[in-house]
Amino acid sequence: MSAARRIPHWADVTLVPLTSVVLAFLLSAVLIWAIGESPWQAVKLMVEGAFGSSYGWGYTLYYATNFIFTGLAVAVAFQARLFNIGGEGQALLGGLGVALVCLYIPWPHWSLALIAATLGAALFGAAWALIPGYLQARRGSHIVITTIMFNFIAASLLGYVLVNVLRPQGSQDPSSPRFPPEAHLPSLHDMLAVVGIPFSRVPPTNISLFIAVAMCFAVWFMLWRTRLGYQIRAFGESEPAAEYAGISPARITIYVMLISGALAGLMAVNSVMGEQQRLVLNAVEGAGFIGIAVALMGRNHPFGVFLAAILFGFLYQGGAELALWTSIPRELIVVIQALVILFTGALDNMVRMPIARLFALRGAR
Amino acid sequence: MDFAILVQVLESTLRLATPLLFACLAGLISERAGVFDIGLEGKMLAGAFMAAAIAFVSGNVWIGVAAAVGVSVVMSLIHGVASITFRGNQLISGVAINFLAAGITVVIAQNWFRQGGRTPSLSGDMRMQRIDLPFAEALRDVPVLGPIYHGILSGHGLLVYVGLLCVPLTWYMLFRTRFGLRLRAVGENPAAVDTAGISVIGMRYGAVAICGVLCGLAGAYLSTGLSAGFVQDMSAGRGFIALAAMIFAKWRPWHALGAVWLFGLLEAVANRFQNIEILGLAVPVQAMQALPYILTVVILAGFVGKAIPPRAGGSAYVKEH
Repeated sequence: MSAARRIPHWADVTLVPLTSVVLAFLLSAVLIWAIGESPWQAVKLMVEGAFGSSYGWGYTLYYATNFIFTGLAVAVAFQARLFNIGGEGQALLGGLGVALVCLYIPWPHWSLALIAATLGAALFGAAWALIPGYLQARRGSHIVITTIMFNFIAASLLGYVLVNVLRPQGSQDPSSPRFPPEAHLPSLHDMLAVVGIPFSRVPPTNISLFIAVAMCFAVWFMLWRTRLGYQIRAFGESEPAAEYAGISPARITIYVMLISGALAGLMAVNSVMGEQQRLVLNAVEGAGFIGIAVALMGRNHPFGVFLAAILFGFLYQGGAELALWTSIPRELIVVIQALVILFTGALDNMVRMPIARLFALRGAR
Repeated sequence: MDFAILVQVLESTLRLATPLLFACLAGLISERAGVFDIGLEGKMLAGAFMAAAIAFVSGNVWIGVAAAVGVSVVMSLIHGVASITFRGNQLISGVAINFLAAGITVVIAQNWFRQGGRTPSLSGDMRMQRIDLPFAEALRDVPVLGPIYHGILSGHGLLVYVGLLCVPLTWYMLFRTRFGLRLRAVGENPAAVDTAGISVIGMRYGAVAICGVLCGLAGAYLSTGLSAGFVQDMSAGRGFIALAAMIFAKWRPWHALGAVWLFGLLEAVANRFQNIEILGLAVPVQAMQALPYILTVVILAGFVGKAIPPRAGGSAYVKEH
């Protein structure tokens, strides 16, 4: 793209995504106005609801934790130019991994349970991504289609396991029994209380927030400081060039999908182990898909993913408050999410071209 | 399974397959022209909402159907602008369309009707009326032919028959007209079409618009024919099953009919029986639900014949200067 080259790097990573987000927000404001509510009032409610108290912050960070995991999952795959839409299914399977680990092994302490659950979640998520990865690498099956199909297969599989295997006898509810108390993760309230900072007890924010932040660093290190990361990025830039340099496309595809699936699966540690404390049918609640918006907005960089995840955490918590106090339903957030995906992902060139033109004008002067 | 139940299952197969058929042909035409469309689901959902909402307000189902087609075409054009004009990623654009529809239908439904994101239930002329085929009553008691004609084929909404008619029409359009030849060429080798002096962009927009019309019909049948009103997320993955059927049919119209009948049959059977015994083996209902997706993966993996998409699919056309 000739237009892309004319934009300085700093503008490419800040100005372009920010413009897209502003456009998405403006359109959302028009929608709010069109249904007879005040956009300004809505923004105020959302900001207050998400950042005005430690309760709000707690929920914002809880949602953000989910989105960091799924966002990183999509971002790593994007680095290799693979579009993994299967985060939803991989996170569902990750939840199954967490549930099996927590239910069937008696853990003496939460820390051991956490390590095992993390491994279980990553393993199950990775395994679910392995099949589409293998089919793409070895059989040329389009990964977008296969990962979509695997989302649905995962939902059916989980439905079967919950109804026929994990559901306690006599219960009508298709969900697993509660995890034992030894498998309860310390919440942000508990952890901050140790250092004397008061924090709301209500939100399910827990220790996996720090795992998510650590994963941002780990993914950054993997992508920019290891040989595998170099190969992944080279493969993403140009498959023929990478192949010529001796990088096996099949190997990279499978590795990337394993990493991506593991990251998506890890989300379940936060949601299933940290919040619900049992496995329910709809454990992921679309977070796998939000990862797409988060990765696009974060320009597939772990730091960008972190920031975008906080933004979406804010939108989710703010949106819940909005639904509580106004007649604007929560689904407004889905619209904003769609617009962010549309502008940062699909209409990237539309946003980019005028910015490139501006810089070209300035350069000419 | 006795004969009467078989007739009932096949009758509901025909109905359940109809939205799949429209959406499947929609995707087929779009992808034949080289524009991937995973936004079938969203367009169908938006169409379903508009059909139900406008049918309720106007009291006439056909005005609703027209509105459904309208909104679906608009969404198609958004996809077109993003993926054809601005050469954006077609898959990402499709994902955006799906979310846009999932969110905005509920926001607007809540704003218009205040019933928790659904439309009021439709009755009378707001719904698609069933049509009795000629001589259906007379042939009712004829053995074999009677149940098939009266029990299965007759007594559906008009769109069921329109859908069936769309199969030969699509086939004829794609393989027997100049427009179809060009459309397929745009999906295989756009540069050659361009060299012949035909606008690649124009052809692709045409295909995307047809895709929009068909998705609108799929959604309209969903909310006014299959059910009586719109509820949140009522497309429930049907757009993706249609996508699966399209791949299963390897982008061919007649095979698409077979694929949607198969997937419709699976849904009909899963609706009717919770657990099915096949050769003494209990098949859980979830397996029936997952089967279309599993079959599609198997086909994509090339274990049973290889599904090869149009060659230029998924990439925007950049004219050489």
